[in-house]
Amino acid sequence: MKIYRYSLIFVAFCTSLLFIQCEDADDNDNILLQETCDDEIQNGEETGIDCGGPNCVPCSETINFTGTYVQQDQMGRPGVSALFASFDFKDSLNVTVPSAMEDVFQERFKNRLMQLNPGYTTNILGQDSIAISRMFSRDVLWVAQIGETTYNNGTEILTGRRLTDDVIDFNLLLIYGGPTGTENDNDPVEEPLLIRDGVDSNDAVFSPSFPYVVAPFIE
Amino acid sequence: MKNKKLIAIAGSLGLLVLSVFLTASDHIDAPSISGTSADISDFYAFQAEDPNNLVFVVNVQGLLPPGTPTIQAEFDENVLLEINIDSNNDLIEDLVIQAIKRDSLMYFFGPAQPAQTGLNSEIATFAAQNSVEISTTENVQITTNDGMKFFAGPREDPTFFDLDQFNAVLSGSAPEGFNNPGTDTFAGKNVLSIVVEIPKSMLGTPATGVNPFAPNTPTYNVWVETKRKQ
Repeated sequence: MKIYRYSLIFVAFCTSLLFIQCEDADDNDNILLQETCDDEIQNGEETGIDCGGPNCVPCSETINFTGTYVQQDQMGRPGVSALFASFDFKDSLNVTVPSAMEDVFQERFKNRLMQLNPGYTTNILGQDSIAISRMFSRDVLWVAQIGETTYNNGTEILTGRRLTDDVIDFNLLLIYGGPTGTENDNDPVEEPLLIRDGVDSNDAVFSPSFPYVVAPFIE
Repeated sequence: MKNKKLIAIAGSLGLLVLSVFLTASDHIDAPSISGTSADISDFYAFQAEDPNNLVFVVNVQGLLPPGTPTIQAEFDENVLLEINIDSNNDLIEDLVIQAIKRDSLMYFFGPAQPAQTGLNSEIATFAAQNSVEISTTENVQITTNDGMKFFAGPREDPTFFDLDQFNAVLSGSAPEGFNNPGTDTFAGKNVLSIVVEIPKSMLGTPATGVNPFAPNTPTYNVWVETKRKQ
């Protein structure tokens, strides 16, 4: 019975601890740090763990964001490295700034193009081997500020890249399809199929709303 | 007696959990996994559901099988993901949006004019800062602030491509070219994604004459980089 009574007092004491608050009773304009600012979880109006929001110190002051970060990988348009960069310069392409890429890689991209398609003349966009290698060697993605953003929807060309765009087929068409887009289309059947990879869409349906990419496969 | 039995059961359960964890940790140590934390697998930029906004999707660590490899895949705290935006068509970034993991959160800085352009970066702590809790396979977290939206976590890999047949074509072992239908190498696979949606007004008006197939359309040059802490 006695043990029970002590336990009750102990529980009451512990419960009272839950209601202790920091009260800014003085009047010296100091910043009141909520007690949640050091509980090692993100709660209240914090924007990070124990930082940010109106009551805690800014996260940039509590978390280490210092240091120099050195480039490892780079990507603009889809498939550029796979299609145009042979193994001997994949790495150097990844660590070259876009403003220097054309000077360094345009000639190599053109050679690679002629290796992939020795019969290349022009493509459906009217690009000769210099124009296409020049475009792809500047490895950035164009994105329209207004209007449709698509890699190719039959009307708009290279104004962005949607999740649903069959970017591989369009790149293959530009490389292998010739001026009419009908070369290397397996017609007649002796001709190889090189302007389509036979995979036209994703194996999951994208969301029309943020974050647009959808839940991962569980099993 | 009953308690002792319970403790024994709990203890063996603990050992079981520990052994599963250790086996899984060993898998993470495989060079093919640990070497890919800075590998960009794909990059998308498109007009959002709200036409006043643009969306950037950056994927790293592609071709993750479902189950344990996806559940255990993590963003690397030493790898900065940097979206670059060039407005005046000189192919030099005018604005960057940076993302980096700290603990259970992905922090986002920018859009901001970077202190230095090019291959080396510092984190733009002077810029607007946001964060989102990194989602898991079950728990999806989105942050919305100042017209921007942020997501980070595992997603279904949106790439579709018969990469295996493409490699066969390149190596000369497939003179017939692609198959129709082909086989999507990325089917059933996952990836780690960051998604940023941002009002176009925060990116300024870009130059025209950038895209020869839409010469009158104001057009940004955009690209993504991964940068590792030195």
